[in-house]
Amino acid sequence: MKKVFSRPRSLKNTPFHYCAGCGHSITHRLICDAVDQLGIRGITIGVPPAGCAVLAYNYFDVDMLEAPHGRGCAVATGIKRTLPDRVVFSYQGDGDLAAIGTAETFHAANRGENITVIFINNAVYGMTGGQMAPTTLLGMMSTTSPPGRSATLDGHPIRMSEVLARLEGTAYIERCAVNSPQNILRAGRAIRKAFRYQMDGAGFTMIEVLSQCPTNWKMTAAESCKWVDEVMAQAFPIGVIKDIRKGEKHAD
Amino acid sequence: MDKILISGNWACGEAAIRAGCRFYAGYPITPQNELTEYMAEHMPQAEGGTFIQAESEIAAVNMVLGASAAGARAMTSSSSPGISLKQEGISALAADELPAVIVNMMRGGPGLGNILPSQGDYFQATRGGGHGDYRTIVLAPSSVQELADLTMDAFDLSDAYRNPVLILGDGMTGQMMEPVVFGKPRPRRYSEKYVLKGAGEGRSRFVRALILDALRMEEHNWKLVRKYNVILQKEVRFETFRTGNAKLVIIAYGIAARIAKGAINRLRDSGYRVGLIRPITLWPFPAQIIRDTAERIGSFLVFEMSTGQMLEDVKLALEGRARVGFYGRPGGIVPTPAELAKAIVQEYQR
Repeated sequence: MKKVFSRPRSLKNTPFHYCAGCGHSITHRLICDAVDQLGIRGITIGVPPAGCAVLAYNYFDVDMLEAPHGRGCAVATGIKRTLPDRVVFSYQGDGDLAAIGTAETFHAANRGENITVIFINNAVYGMTGGQMAPTTLLGMMSTTSPPGRSATLDGHPIRMSEVLARLEGTAYIERCAVNSPQNILRAGRAIRKAFRYQMDGAGFTMIEVLSQCPTNWKMTAAESCKWVDEVMAQAFPIGVIKDIRKGEKHAD
Repeated sequence: MDKILISGNWACGEAAIRAGCRFYAGYPITPQNELTEYMAEHMPQAEGGTFIQAESEIAAVNMVLGASAAGARAMTSSSSPGISLKQEGISALAADELPAVIVNMMRGGPGLGNILPSQGDYFQATRGGGHGDYRTIVLAPSSVQELADLTMDAFDLSDAYRNPVLILGDGMTGQMMEPVVFGKPRPRRYSEKYVLKGAGEGRSRFVRALILDALRMEEHNWKLVRKYNVILQKEVRFETFRTGNAKLVIIAYGIAARIAKGAINRLRDSGYRVGLIRPITLWPFPAQIIRDTAERIGSFLVFEMSTGQMLEDVKLALEGRARVGFYGRPGGIVPTPAELAKAIVQEYQR
């Protein structure tokens, strides 16, 4: 019988600790699929964040260096500049990337650091228990915005992909989701493309993943997948935000 | 090798490059800008050398973290307020057991303070500085020559113990010009097994500071302590100066020790029996020589360009065995040898 589906080589055979319905485990798998397909397991170095994915090194079977909270892009910069022929990615959540690590992210993007950022946007601080994130939607309740996020008091959700796309150093930025089979396939293609751009030395690449967090959204897994389409993707539209090679022919 | 006239900040940068430093990230702050500028100019000419002007001190030290894990000899530098910002990364380097050299050309504080030479960061430097149970080796040069020598040593020490090493200078050590002969760098001895460079065909590895299990976290803490105990035993450095028949011994480090030497020479000419113990490593602190000296000398005077920080280490070393006086000028004041001599005479005549 022909084997058509299996665990990627780059994904360790370890059960995920993530909550049922969480988008992290799907995204981990997609990254590992991309690493396998490009044959870059041996030259890939990942940078896990503080947050729910802090234990990512238990799952990724590639070399990893943990970054202090928010510093993923700075740490990845140090690795990539030292080992320019390696594929370096940073895996960061919304609080990590768009609050405490905004400066590191913004400036790595502006320098055109040849790294890939996988940006998990679930509109909430997951690991610490559901506090307001920089990407929490207006009106959305969290433990630190109990009446719902107020534009006046808390500001608006930040669309980091659109912000970074304005910088000259960014090569490719796409917003994806992992809430349906077609979105998952598309996200996988985007991650592969980002790695390929990095291998070509194109510059800073980022894949934003709208990632369901049923636990902190207080929904079932199915409800959370639906909510990504019906609510979250309205504020964070899915699609290619920037592609400096748009119009060029790709293998994909 | 040729003797050249060079400023402390430049000498530190040149010594680092000669020692094989190939990654430098920094952020402008006075009085250490000349070091960052030196690296900007010279690092790109070193084979495989990287210079990055970072967006912040925090980013700079975290770039160093990445570069160090990837196998580069890496360094960052700053001055007091910027070193406060770097503490997150220094704590992470210590936890991850990664080598790195961090230079602090101290200025007046607290807060933004001023840009003049000061020694107010002793506590921060010698007590780890950031959060958690850790130590860093702290080297305190008192001349440009010594700054150049200790910069080279700092890379070797930080490799040997896989621990961050701080060079604690001040605005004056950084900016004054003195003749320097650069030493010969030793070949790097750092095992490839600690370097993350991609798993190749083998097993993947990770470097991390998060240890959720309390027993394993505790064991990691004790493991670090065992390493620190070796450092305490093997790496203490100090200089004694004219302590032979002294009645009163001054204890001072860095540029303050230079001033003390001037004062002591003056006073010796007038018949005062005074000498100096100059800690070169502030951590590990040279407690034993101070205790030994107290066997024959009953009186010490600690002199710092601060309100009295190393003073506490001296008292801890002596455990009440001798009288300890203190003379301090914080805030960016650099007293003259004549001024210090007066304070010494006062203490001498007590």
